[in-house]
Amino acid sequence: MSLTAVFINVFALSCLFFAVFKNKEKTKKSLIVAAKSLLRILPVVLIIVILIGLLLGFIPPEKISQFIGEQSGLIGIVIIAMVGAVLHIPALVSFPLAASLLKSGASISAVAAFITTLTMIGTVTLPLEIKELGKKMAFLRNGISFVIAIVIALIMGAVL
Amino acid sequence: MRGKKGKQTGKLVRDWAMLAAIVIFVAILIVVFPEKKGPVTTTAWDFFLEMIMILPAVMVLMGLFSVFISRELVVKYLGKTSGTKGIFVAILFGALPTGPLYVAFPLASALIKKGASISNIVIFLSAWACIKIPQEMVELQFLGFGFMATRLILTIILVAAMGFFIERVVEWGDKKMNKSKKGEENNAGI
Repeated sequence: MSLTAVFINVFALSCLFFAVFKNKEKTKKSLIVAAKSLLRILPVVLIIVILIGLLLGFIPPEKISQFIGEQSGLIGIVIIAMVGAVLHIPALVSFPLAASLLKSGASISAVAAFITTLTMIGTVTLPLEIKELGKKMAFLRNGISFVIAIVIALIMGAVL
Repeated sequence: MRGKKGKQTGKLVRDWAMLAAIVIFVAILIVVFPEKKGPVTTTAWDFFLEMIMILPAVMVLMGLFSVFISRELVVKYLGKTSGTKGIFVAILFGALPTGPLYVAFPLASALIKKGASISNIVIFLSAWACIKIPQEMVELQFLGFGFMATRLILTIILVAAMGFFIERVVEWGDKKMNKSKKGEENNAGI
């Protein structure tokens, strides 16, 4: 088990311990919520894991790096950012997917852009956002988020 | 309530059906390309192990936060704070794992009606979307500390800037609208 995994589990356990101490009923409820969401996300996790296996097993790294590698430049970053903006997959499983892209030749910028638009921009939730907050705020937020994602990607590519 | 539950069950059935379809598809692929069996299964298994080591912990954290931190608490704190303190409160409450994004929109709309500033709401929504604590943990696990921390810091800075920018734009638009409305009223008066 990696150090990170140990850290996350220890953190969760200490929170759980603290919660039991504070309120037993609420902790029980929390654990039921946790079990339900685990059950709900499990098939999605398995799907992503298999897709990652296919991605790394069948698509040669040269192909991936050709589109979203170092040499693909800004255009590659913008393309993958658009893919991230349109796709609707849970953020939790987007990180293993991103890691597999990184492993198979994608640049740090491309991966950063992908994750950032994936989490920040919601095309599927856009109608609800417009309904609740108005067209102006919804379009501004999603549009500027796209620009932000590109900026984050470029800076990260330069720094890391 | 029942509608929501029915929808969730439907989604669960759909996800498992999709998983089954993909498993069959992959099985056929492996039969056609037997030499790929090794790389595909080992990679998938490695990623699965890495995920399953942290997933229950992440879910427990999400469960705890969603039960212990009530919506009322969020509204109470976010409704009245402003300025630099407001930014931190907005990011903090957004980052706590208290539900999916579609829960956040009605909440944000209610907060605006209660008088929360536009910038805080934008920051709150963006934090809710992309600075969630469990998300950061999974990012840490798969992409490492350097990647996670750099992206987190950049996101916080840029999201705060976006909040203020959108607030300016929205207020400027409102002012213009009020002016033209007043103009119309005056004309009607005459």
